[in-house]
Amino acid sequence: MSSSAKVIAGLIIFLCLITFPVWYNVVGGKASYTPELKIISEEKSCVESKEFMRIEHMQLLDDWRNSVVRKNNRTYIAHNGKEHNMSLTDTCLKCHSNKTEFCDQCHNYLEVTPTCWNCHIVPEENKL
Amino acid sequence: MGLWFSLFSIVILVLLVVGGVEVFSWDSLFGVLIPYAAFVIFLIGIIYRVGKWAKTPVPFRIPTTCGQHKSHPWIKANNLESPYNSLGVIGRMALEVLFFRSLFRNTRVELMDGPRLVYGGTKWLWAAGLAFHWSFLFIVIRHLRFFTEPVPFFVNLLEGMDGLFEISVPTFYLTDIVIISAVTYLFLRRVVIPQLRYISLAADYFPLFLILSIAITGVLMRHFYKVDILSVKELATGLSTLNPVTPEGVGLLFYIHLFLVSILLMYLPFSKLMHMGGVFLSPTRNMANNNRMVRHVNPWNYPVKVHTYEEYEDDFRVKMKNAGLPVEKE
Amino acid sequence: MSESELSNVPKPDEFMAIDHKPPKSGWMETPVDFKPGNYCFPAKAKNLKILDMPNPREWSPTDEDWKLPENWKEIIIEGIRERLDKYRSFRIFMDICVRCGACADKCHFFIGSGDPKNMPVLRAELLRSVYRNDFTMAGKILGRLAGARELTIDVIKEWFYYFYQCTECRRCSVFCPYGIDTAEITMMGRELLHLLGLGINWAMEPVANCFMTGNHLGIQPHGFKETLEFFAEDAEEITGVKIEVPINKKGAEILFVVPSGDYFGDPGTFTCTGYMMLFHELGLDYTWSTFASEGGNFGLFTSHEMIKRLNAKIYAEAKRLGVKWILGGECGHMWRVVNQYMDTMNGPADFLEEPVSPITGTKFENAKSTKMVHIMEFTADLIKHNKLRLDPSRNDNYIVTFHDSCNPARAMGILEEPRDVIKNVCNHFYEMPENTIREQTFCCGGGAGLGTDENMDMRLRGGFARGNAVRYVQEKHGVNRLACMCAIDRATLIPVCDYWAPGVEVTGIHEMVANALIMRGETERETDLRGEPLPGKEEKDE
Repeated sequence: MSSSAKVIAGLIIFLCLITFPVWYNVVGGKASYTPELKIISEEKSCVESKEFMRIEHMQLLDDWRNSVVRKNNRTYIAHNGKEHNMSLTDTCLKCHSNKTEFCDQCHNYLEVTPTCWNCHIVPEENKL
Repeated sequence: MGLWFSLFSIVILVLLVVGGVEVFSWDSLFGVLIPYAAFVIFLIGIIYRVGKWAKTPVPFRIPTTCGQHKSHPWIKANNLESPYNSLGVIGRMALEVLFFRSLFRNTRVELMDGPRLVYGGTKWLWAAGLAFHWSFLFIVIRHLRFFTEPVPFFVNLLEGMDGLFEISVPTFYLTDIVIISAVTYLFLRRVVIPQLRYISLAADYFPLFLILSIAITGVLMRHFYKVDILSVKELATGLSTLNPVTPEGVGLLFYIHLFLVSILLMYLPFSKLMHMGGVFLSPTRNMANNNRMVRHVNPWNYPVKVHTYEEYEDDFRVKMKNAGLPVEKE
Repeated sequence: MSESELSNVPKPDEFMAIDHKPPKSGWMETPVDFKPGNYCFPAKAKNLKILDMPNPREWSPTDEDWKLPENWKEIIIEGIRERLDKYRSFRIFMDICVRCGACADKCHFFIGSGDPKNMPVLRAELLRSVYRNDFTMAGKILGRLAGARELTIDVIKEWFYYFYQCTECRRCSVFCPYGIDTAEITMMGRELLHLLGLGINWAMEPVANCFMTGNHLGIQPHGFKETLEFFAEDAEEITGVKIEVPINKKGAEILFVVPSGDYFGDPGTFTCTGYMMLFHELGLDYTWSTFASEGGNFGLFTSHEMIKRLNAKIYAEAKRLGVKWILGGECGHMWRVVNQYMDTMNGPADFLEEPVSPITGTKFENAKSTKMVHIMEFTADLIKHNKLRLDPSRNDNYIVTFHDSCNPARAMGILEEPRDVIKNVCNHFYEMPENTIREQTFCCGGGAGLGTDENMDMRLRGGFARGNAVRYVQEKHGVNRLACMCAIDRATLIPVCDYWAPGVEVTGIHEMVANALIMRGETERETDLRGEPLPGKEEKDE
């Protein structure tokens, strides 16, 4: 029956589409790749804890931006009471001056395109 | 009854994960085993259901015609609403599947004093249905960024469109807002419209609640109780490369999300959600209205008992002759 | 249609004091109530016996005991299983409904009755609930929660009531996002009921008649001949032209098949006379048949097998008479059968030729396999090629609107041809509102075997949507004629109009064609086919 054949063909197309991640990773993927972050820091610790920064850094940077641009307030008081200058280039990038080996690692992996570099100039990178 | 049962089921399902992950630390059960089982059941279930449909013959060509058929060259035939060839059928099906053509026709009738009927167009169900299905598709494709490495270009493209307005960081996806609003509307109309409440079953509420819960947990994870998406991607690629891992600290919310998705996958082939496949197979839509041009063959056509002309003439021969009608046998 | 039937019905505003809101009790808990005027009388034993159908007996729906066979439940479950395996449509339609409710207010019976079980979705659920219970895992495990219920005698009674409150008009299917066709479900429901000997007499008597005598009305060959000759005499009286009536003529080019309603009752008879006048004027080499004296097929309202049993005679007779092709008259469900079933069931018609109009030479390529042409395609072609001399002003007393019949519209798509013809034979034509015509047309309320007088209450409810639209153009444009190309319509729309739009009369299209047709050698006509004075001839009468 040609009608059944059409249905089977449709079903096969559907199965190919739905299993895309499996065969895509086999065919063209860098299957077991996980990003590695290189930290070339002069400081012992970041403005906040590592766990906090991993999850909330985008929120923190956004808050900083709003605070600096809209309220002209450049002082950030961290959870541990320490004061920091709210500045991407002067604070963050002072330690994490290796954008490709740090920022880009996860951003590329997770297909995130932060808008930081729309305004900020990517600084000359330091290598470890 | 169906409504409360469905709501209760969702709560139970969520509590299952909370207990399993928080108390017993069954991370690999919820992170690996159940998702795999769900995916396998989903695939086998779909093959089974569609296979069963495919096996069942289509004895007659019964398209519902919604436009002018093909007859004379000077009368414009409507190949999309009353297709007379395969191209027309493909067009009709595309309109149906991609844009819900039939639902777009929806009207509302009101009985007024007189008595008198008043018709109005009503596009809400169509709009909400379309918005829901399309955003669902977008969201599924967007999730490929967790399952693939490197992420294919179209995922990035779609994500850029979806996050166009760059509201908040990380940016709110339009599809998230659309799917939650649309599902909420689809739920509310079931509750508010009396006829609809009357026909609604648990099987109608449950998928709505399930999908809503999945969407909400997703939004929560992205914007309010963030999870470590690096670990999420590790787990997801682990699944798709068949090297499953359960990294530390992916978070309870993620496991709830994943578990509900697993439930959806397992539930789909055995529920009305199979309309996903069925819509392609509906004989009133996927057949050309060319019955008088091309003979359709019924595979199980069988001989039936008829009253033949000979028997008929035997019954009436005398009367026919008296009336001067010709007969075969004198 | 007796006047008394209509006079028993209360005034429209009282009649329509209905609520579309469903009752408090869930539908599974609401037992069926056989209201007089809302159901049809059961099939008589003698008719079932003629057809070798199961369980012939005398019974009544209002009886407690329906005298079903002992293993009735097994019969139904097996019947469902068999049909699930034979019809993809049935299986799919059982499986994929999402109960979105788009179909609810599309059904003329729901609009007119407010009974929630007349919502197409719920009509299907009556059967689907049993399907779930016995054929799906979810139903077996979750039971009522999954919308499943056990098959009981009450379910059977409910089926009998509601599957005979559906006219298989397919309007709901136009709006369904998956094309679920309630006609298909009703057909299955009725087939299942017939396994137990549950049918209605207004369908089964015609079926039995048709099986034995060739037509639904049981008119025998000599009666058929007399009737047609009588029409020819009537036509001669009006036109002065003597009309030949070829019957059972071997070697004719065309076999002409009509619904028997056309030669049985007014106003169909005028349409029938119209065909004869047209063919005479064309000098067409055609023949009527006393054996294939029915194009209509109440088998469609019975079972797929019965469609085939009754339809077989058309090709058989075409073969016996040695015609080249077949022409079909104005009928609705007949054309669903011809268009969607005939060739598949009783074809291939390889002994016939591809139809060509002997007058215009037009090839009817859209009928090249079935070899049967709709008269509206035939006449529209004649008009297009200027083969007819027409004087539409003879129909000037008519202000016309057109009712698309369900099956030609939604199972065939013949929408423009009748309009083409109408516009060429009359000067005053107005369409009804767009939600009520073409593919969205409303049923007359009496199709699919329900057009019987004991069912009048429900027929008028079902006809409300149509009647309301007629009323609209009556008030707006002064419409006084409702044209249609369906024999059931010509019978059932009469009470619908009398009740909902009094003053509007029903007419077939070829009646109007014949009125306008200027025949060679005709005397000056004084009246139309109905004997009413032609426009401008009224004074002479006085």
